[in-house]
Amino acid sequence: MSSTQSMLELLSPYPPGWGGVLLSGALSTVMISLGAYLVGVLIGLLGATGKLKGNRPVLFVLDVYTTAVRAIPELILIIGLYYAGTDGLNRILLSLGLPAIEINGFVAAIAVLGIVQGAYMTEVLRGAILAIPVGQIEAASAFGMRPFLRFRRIVLPALMPNALPGLANLWMSVTKDSALIAVVGYQELALATRLAAGNTKHYFLFFLAAAALYLVITLLSNVVFGLLESRFRRGQPKTA
Amino acid sequence: MTRLAPPALLVDDVHKSYGIHEVLKGISLSAAKGDVISLIGSSGSGKSTFLRCINFLEIPDRGRFVFNGEDVLLKSGQGGRAYPASWRQIERIRTGLAMVFQSFNLWPHMTVLENVIEAPVYVQKMNRKEAIERAEGLLAKVGLYEKRHVYPAFMSGGQQQRASIARALCVDPAVMLLDEPTSALDPELVGEVLKVIRDLAEEGRTMLLVTHEMKFARDVSNHVMFLHQGRVEEEGPPAQVFGAPISARCREFTGALDN
Repeated sequence: MSSTQSMLELLSPYPPGWGGVLLSGALSTVMISLGAYLVGVLIGLLGATGKLKGNRPVLFVLDVYTTAVRAIPELILIIGLYYAGTDGLNRILLSLGLPAIEINGFVAAIAVLGIVQGAYMTEVLRGAILAIPVGQIEAASAFGMRPFLRFRRIVLPALMPNALPGLANLWMSVTKDSALIAVVGYQELALATRLAAGNTKHYFLFFLAAAALYLVITLLSNVVFGLLESRFRRGQPKTA
Repeated sequence: MTRLAPPALLVDDVHKSYGIHEVLKGISLSAAKGDVISLIGSSGSGKSTFLRCINFLEIPDRGRFVFNGEDVLLKSGQGGRAYPASWRQIERIRTGLAMVFQSFNLWPHMTVLENVIEAPVYVQKMNRKEAIERAEGLLAKVGLYEKRHVYPAFMSGGQQQRASIARALCVDPAVMLLDEPTSALDPELVGEVLKVIRDLAEEGRTMLLVTHEMKFARDVSNHVMFLHQGRVEEEGPPAQVFGAPISARCREFTGALDN
């Protein structure tokens, strides 16, 4: 009885409980993931378009980008991009005669994870665009649609059913990859858990609580992606 | 034959090659308002490619294109090939040249009605309410008013093709391009689509029709062009092309398909 009570006290959202730290860590995880995901989608759309329509230099740069990012372990990329990124930026600022800046961990986390996500998105979206029957895009052209209108009205909605399973995978993986950001000291759910566990020596309790929080994030994401998929597949028969 | 009004569409000496293979070896065509011109010929004769060159889905190597008296501006690109000088002009002209495809090419994420109003609303900037009214009228005309809120994948091929004809009509095109509109249909569905096209011909719609339906081409068109290996082998009124062709190949082709 008393041990249950002390557990609840430990998990309480108010100090001395560590629940609040965990919850705000979980919030950071979601925010970082959302930010990185959006950056990744943007890079992915540009990357996929570039890979499909670009000239040789563009293709070369994109190939180097997607190959490198997908070849290097994520942890190394994150550490590398984070330190090299901040260092490089400060060197540029210095050479321009500007004072060095401290890069906000949140922004850096989003940028770094976004760059990693972007490489995978590029490939997911490229495949999804290629899977659109070419006649649908031709029909749009034949009715006088300009390239941007065509992309917005025809290509984007048509690629979504093809891309969503891959996009959902990437979202699930970014929510977990964001834990790697802990290595550069930004406090998201994983780091918050280690902090709470280390301070109270209740490792099992806090890691179990963190696992539950990750599970909640995943389950909610499943619901959202399920809704998105049924929305974007509305024109397709159930058994295709 | 002299005509007072400029032709709705004038195409002169169109050439098109894929690599070393020349698919179109100088094809010309003039369509007055209300003309229904059928393009016939065996597979690979270049009839579909020719049709697709007219709205620049394929870029011809050379040729002259005049729509309602407006010349398409071409500049010479790689290897002396023609290239549109202004894609804006092409896009504007395309809107007046609605196309009906062999495989319908309706947009699957939109209902039939949404498909039909898409170009009027987003390309021609027509008021949405007006476009819907117009589209509903056209869907009623092709017998699909009840199906207007259905997605294309839930309809038969014949229904989809009728919807795509309504989509083409909704931009009020000066010339309609129909690329084998019944070739992808089950035999029992061909009739309903041909009936719609026949009605359009009787209303005086200007149409270019690539088809394998010989009887239909003979009935519905006032001019028939028989293409063979990228050239116009025989052309004239249907009575001539089907009844008394000069070219032996044309006689063989029309005889073989239309007994």
